[in-house]
Amino acid sequence: MSSDKQEGSLTLKQRFDRWMIKHGRVLVVGIPYFWLFLFFLVPFLIVLKISFSVAEYAQPPYTPLFEWIDEGITVTLNFGNYLFLLSDSLYVTAYLNSIRIAAISTVITLLIGYPMAYGIARAQGSMRSVLLMLVILPFWTSFLIRVYAWIGILDREGLINAFLMWTGIISEPLIMRQTEFAVYVGIVYTYLPFMILPLYSTLEKMDVSLVEAALDLGCKPWQAFAKITLPLSMPGILAGSLLVFIPAVGEFVIPELLGGPNTLMIGRTLWNEFFANRDWPIASSVAIAMLLFLVVPIMWFQHIQTKQEEGQQ
Amino acid sequence: MSEAVLERVHEDVHKTQPWNNPDAVPYIRFENVTKKFGDFYAVDDVSLDIYRHELFALLGGSGCGKTTLLRMLAGFEEPTSGKIYIDGVDMAGVPAYERPTNMMFQSYALFPHMSVEQNVAFGLVQDGVSRSEIKELVAEMLGLVQMSKFAKRKPHQLSGGQRQRVALARSLIKRPKVLLLDEPLGALDKKLREQTQFELVNIQEKVGTTFVMVTHDQEEAMTMASRIAVMNEGVINQTGTPFELYEYPNSRYTANFLGQVNLIEGVLVDDDEKYAVIKSDEAGCEIYIDHAVQGHEGMTFWVALRPERLRITKEAPKETKYNCVSGKVEEIGYLGGISTYHVRLESGKRIKVTEPNSTRQIEPRYTWEDTVWVSWEAGAASVLNK
Repeated sequence: MSSDKQEGSLTLKQRFDRWMIKHGRVLVVGIPYFWLFLFFLVPFLIVLKISFSVAEYAQPPYTPLFEWIDEGITVTLNFGNYLFLLSDSLYVTAYLNSIRIAAISTVITLLIGYPMAYGIARAQGSMRSVLLMLVILPFWTSFLIRVYAWIGILDREGLINAFLMWTGIISEPLIMRQTEFAVYVGIVYTYLPFMILPLYSTLEKMDVSLVEAALDLGCKPWQAFAKITLPLSMPGILAGSLLVFIPAVGEFVIPELLGGPNTLMIGRTLWNEFFANRDWPIASSVAIAMLLFLVVPIMWFQHIQTKQEEGQQ
Repeated sequence: MSEAVLERVHEDVHKTQPWNNPDAVPYIRFENVTKKFGDFYAVDDVSLDIYRHELFALLGGSGCGKTTLLRMLAGFEEPTSGKIYIDGVDMAGVPAYERPTNMMFQSYALFPHMSVEQNVAFGLVQDGVSRSEIKELVAEMLGLVQMSKFAKRKPHQLSGGQRQRVALARSLIKRPKVLLLDEPLGALDKKLREQTQFELVNIQEKVGTTFVMVTHDQEEAMTMASRIAVMNEGVINQTGTPFELYEYPNSRYTANFLGQVNLIEGVLVDDDEKYAVIKSDEAGCEIYIDHAVQGHEGMTFWVALRPERLRITKEAPKETKYNCVSGKVEEIGYLGGISTYHVRLESGKRIKVTEPNSTRQIEPRYTWEDTVWVSWEAGAASVLNK
């Protein structure tokens, strides 16, 4: 009896194994594709669809794109939303502001992150993993809570002001929260690990003897850095910059919590259109336009990366 | 011989062997140099003179301090104590980029984002040499290492041997007073290595630069170097020409490191001005040495016997009182040109003998378990006391 059972389960397992060998590849590759299709592409297409319709007081609050009229499909595409984005200076300003803030933040993040990544990459074995751990550690706390913590630090009655007033350096509290400065602090703080990690991985792979060779051939240390280390860490700089720049452009939470009413960024505009104005079509077109803005740097990044990989082979 | 001829011979010797000339001024001088990493002595009180135009090899196993010594010369490490002079100038505090040395790295350290040409030109560009001059010098240097065809390539498009040549060209182009080579042939396969050894020597002779190289390969050191310093645990064991080191090792370490050797432990039983006799239980015989030995009777010595200096015979030699042992053939290595035999003595000691196969034979001369006699001339052995 029991041996029969065993044999049965064995063949079942064998059958499963054979099936896995045959189809496992498709399965492994297929699952993430299916996931991306379901939760990325489909919502994107829905948003794209909405962006071509007109707002109305109804449920849902926009006109349908496809209509059955006389046993045929009629597609009504409305480009008005996109034209509106261009005509209303609010959106253009918001886009430009977002890009400016994201770009400046990226540069600051790079300036802070590069020496840190370099230090970690050149640290001794056990020290290195401790330092890396410290970079990753903030991720263990909720992003929202960390941004709230900055409110406590930058506020009128916050930590910094309290300390400076106590020491007597200032008599009036500094206005830091609800300024663009606070937005920079928030973005740089939040995205710093995304800059450090790719930089670290390129710097760590770099052969130290390359720098020694440059010194040996007559370079002063800063020249060796400029001629050897910097160009060779370019892939890391690019990867880190894009990882910071792209999400920073669309950032909503940080300008909302730390920025003032004048800090106009596209993420907030988007929020307002959706939830305050309930104009879904305009909001969707804002989202699609932002995506196009961001797709260009992503494509560029991927192009550079594939080129880099080809170069290494 | 007349005085004049004698003088000329002396002059000649002094020119080709400056280390034998008491008046010669060393080009590179290490003076009681010590380098500590934490508690570890990487280099321990090393004093060493290297002369101009030498191809000097620092030879030793990994961790013996040879690379640290080289890196101190290049300026990548500062000695903990002691002084280093190059061409009479104290190198203390002189950074790597101001030293008259250039280094060829073990990994070659070619800049991956620059072409062969740019790599070779790097040092000159750094010195602000004019563009036309750079072009000329780079072309000349690439010609010297036979890499002119590959000037536009990137390092990753080159083979190991080609990279080695580019690295050599790059480190030579500034005409350094001293060229430092860290395991210059370590990354090449055996065939290429042998070929490159001679090329390197030829290039060295052509450019006349003083070469200091680090290697763990005794064959490489012996073929290439004018002199070798054998290092062990941060200390120089012995310095000398390949000939001196092989024929007159001063310790078991050197004897073992250069070539193959049988070391037989024994006790000095008869000490005379002209000869010495060492009684060895390990060999089971008395060993007659044709020169005096520094020491007193009863002292322990090691007799170093090179495998190729031993005779192997089936019949016992006529004279078996001294320098003659018998045993069983335990292992045979037929290498074509020579054969090696491992002979197990009664004491259990194994002796290695190599014999040239200078005539064609119908069948192998000895086979396993053959009882054979191993004997040697009185002058074949060197006696070591450490």
